[in-house]
Amino acid sequence: MSVLVDEDTRVVVQGITGGEGKFHAGQMIEYGTNVVAGAVPGKGGEEVHGVPVYDTVHEAVRREDADASVVFVPPAFAADALFEALDTPLDLVVAITEGIPTQDMATVNRRLRDTDTHLVGPNCPGVITPGEAKLGILPGNIFASGKVGLVSRSGTLTYQVVDNLTSRGIGQTTAIGIGGDPIIGTSFIDALELFEADPETEAIAMCGEIGGEDEEAAAEYIATQMDTPVAAFIAGRTAPPGKRMGHAGAIVSGSGTGTAESKIEALNNAGVPVGDTPEEVADHIEGYL
Amino acid sequence: MRLHEYQAKSVFADAGIPTPDSRLATSVDEAVDAGRDLGYPVAVKAQVHVGGRGKAGGIEIATDEAGLREAAESILGMDLKGYHVDRVLVESAVDFTNELYLGVTMDRGEGEPVAMVSSEGGVDIEEVAAETPEAIAREGVDPAFGMHPYQARKAVYEAGVPRDVSRAVASVLETLYDLWEANDASEAEINPLMVTDGGDVVAADAVMNVDDDALFRHPDLADMEEESYTDDLERKAGEYGFDYVRLSGNVGIIGNGAGLVMATLDLVDHYGGEPANFLDIGGGAKAERVANALDMVFSDPNVDSVVFNIFGGITRGDEVARGINDALSQFDEIPKPVVVRLAGTNASEGMEILDTDLVQVEGTLEDAVQRAVANAEEVPR
Repeated sequence: MSVLVDEDTRVVVQGITGGEGKFHAGQMIEYGTNVVAGAVPGKGGEEVHGVPVYDTVHEAVRREDADASVVFVPPAFAADALFEALDTPLDLVVAITEGIPTQDMATVNRRLRDTDTHLVGPNCPGVITPGEAKLGILPGNIFASGKVGLVSRSGTLTYQVVDNLTSRGIGQTTAIGIGGDPIIGTSFIDALELFEADPETEAIAMCGEIGGEDEEAAAEYIATQMDTPVAAFIAGRTAPPGKRMGHAGAIVSGSGTGTAESKIEALNNAGVPVGDTPEEVADHIEGYL
Repeated sequence: MRLHEYQAKSVFADAGIPTPDSRLATSVDEAVDAGRDLGYPVAVKAQVHVGGRGKAGGIEIATDEAGLREAAESILGMDLKGYHVDRVLVESAVDFTNELYLGVTMDRGEGEPVAMVSSEGGVDIEEVAAETPEAIAREGVDPAFGMHPYQARKAVYEAGVPRDVSRAVASVLETLYDLWEANDASEAEINPLMVTDGGDVVAADAVMNVDDDALFRHPDLADMEEESYTDDLERKAGEYGFDYVRLSGNVGIIGNGAGLVMATLDLVDHYGGEPANFLDIGGGAKAERVANALDMVFSDPNVDSVVFNIFGGITRGDEVARGINDALSQFDEIPKPVVVRLAGTNASEGMEILDTDLVQVEGTLEDAVQRAVANAEEVPR
């Protein structure tokens, strides 16, 4: 089974006529994803990879019965694209765009609370159910179908851990890249809840990083609400306090929480082993299966 | 992007927040001229991007011209927590009876802005937050509506601000929220907001961090960034548009994606090496950007060895390989040994393109890091 997406998911690609949108729509179709439409203002009537493009998400959803969207819209226009997607409404919206202003995401997040839509991202690699569908930019060839759920704040770290799993024959139910921005739609807890409810997911790999307190909150959730075993990796052990490491999210506050130590301690206390290397995470997962 | 105090103060003053009269000075003579204009006493304040300037000797009060000359001589040119001080703010000193703290930031957990007030200003507010969180009144703001005036009043009353200035402080907090929002700030802080004998309030310090992702909406603030670099490597990183952090070790690290780059740093440490930097080339980097990244890391004299860790998703391995070849083919001799690990999108195409006479190639992250650490150890120090 899978969470969030499967082979029946009908996908509209917002920004399909742009460079990244076009390339990755092609990659998604090649992977087998059911891409049914594109949505780009002013480009209605065109076709990309044989997929019809509409001027609005509303029209794309109405005409092609789409239930999910992937957003490749540039940062300056991305919040508007997300409002449009949330107004449709869709079951799932995956925002790939990197660099959306945080205050824009605060207003999107505010609107999200009034909807039933799952938003994944922004600044994320997307969601993949190996062998069925991928919504996003994840390199499909490193994934394999199997029994491990994966949730990660970092795109490239997702690929790294998946590579460590797949190379020793461990496949995945679904991998969810939730993104590393300060304000995101789907949190660790949201993703863990989905995996916990999925009977096919037998173990979960979780990749976190310094900044914020989402991992600490997830640890609490794992300790009190979950039976599925989890193993974790936390990036940023060597990050000096107060320095911003890439993502806006990855800043250590200096007040004790948000550091790698604080996250590792919280996870260990919840019975979650934290690998020193991605390879060690795969060791723990292997032990669970 | 962090603004200098003098830059933040000009933004605050333009929005109507009372600030002391001040002049920026880059030499002792300019500082002395400023003192003559302003009258004494004055505060002389180093303009660098570090907290705790006062404790580190970066802020002094001068009561006459001789004192000002002495203070300016000691602060200008000093090294403050690794930053060279090349300008000071000379500012009328404020007589105060009370010091308050006001701040607006994004509450990540709640996903909404939060305004904060404390009557325990003038100190390290993070210590206050850690030890006596109840001393800080917090008011969450619905970003769809902005801050209502009652919310500012509520926070001010809850913080126990002296009643005779509560109206004035609430008004400053409202303004602070508005300018935080209008400028796409991530943080806007006044610490301390001084309450004077006469019952006025004055922002004696000003902190503003602007969301880099929103600078396209604020060309005026983006221009300020040009003046805000104090380190040559940081300036170069800013020009190239990289997320770059200089660290104290000797293994240079380049990768794509903040999480993977941080993990690479952690692995360098795990295998007994010391990271020299964090450098994220970001998503979808083209060959030129990759070459710029190598230029950055080679520019750091502390770097003895380099590891390039790319796991392509939106980034394509062939583009990366082309960039590495382009950058390294310009040298008769490669300045530092470079280990490359290339995986993900178009990695096999990249491996075919990559000139292995110029770089060492490893198949896994662990092997690549261990080899880079070994390379660094071989360099005599």
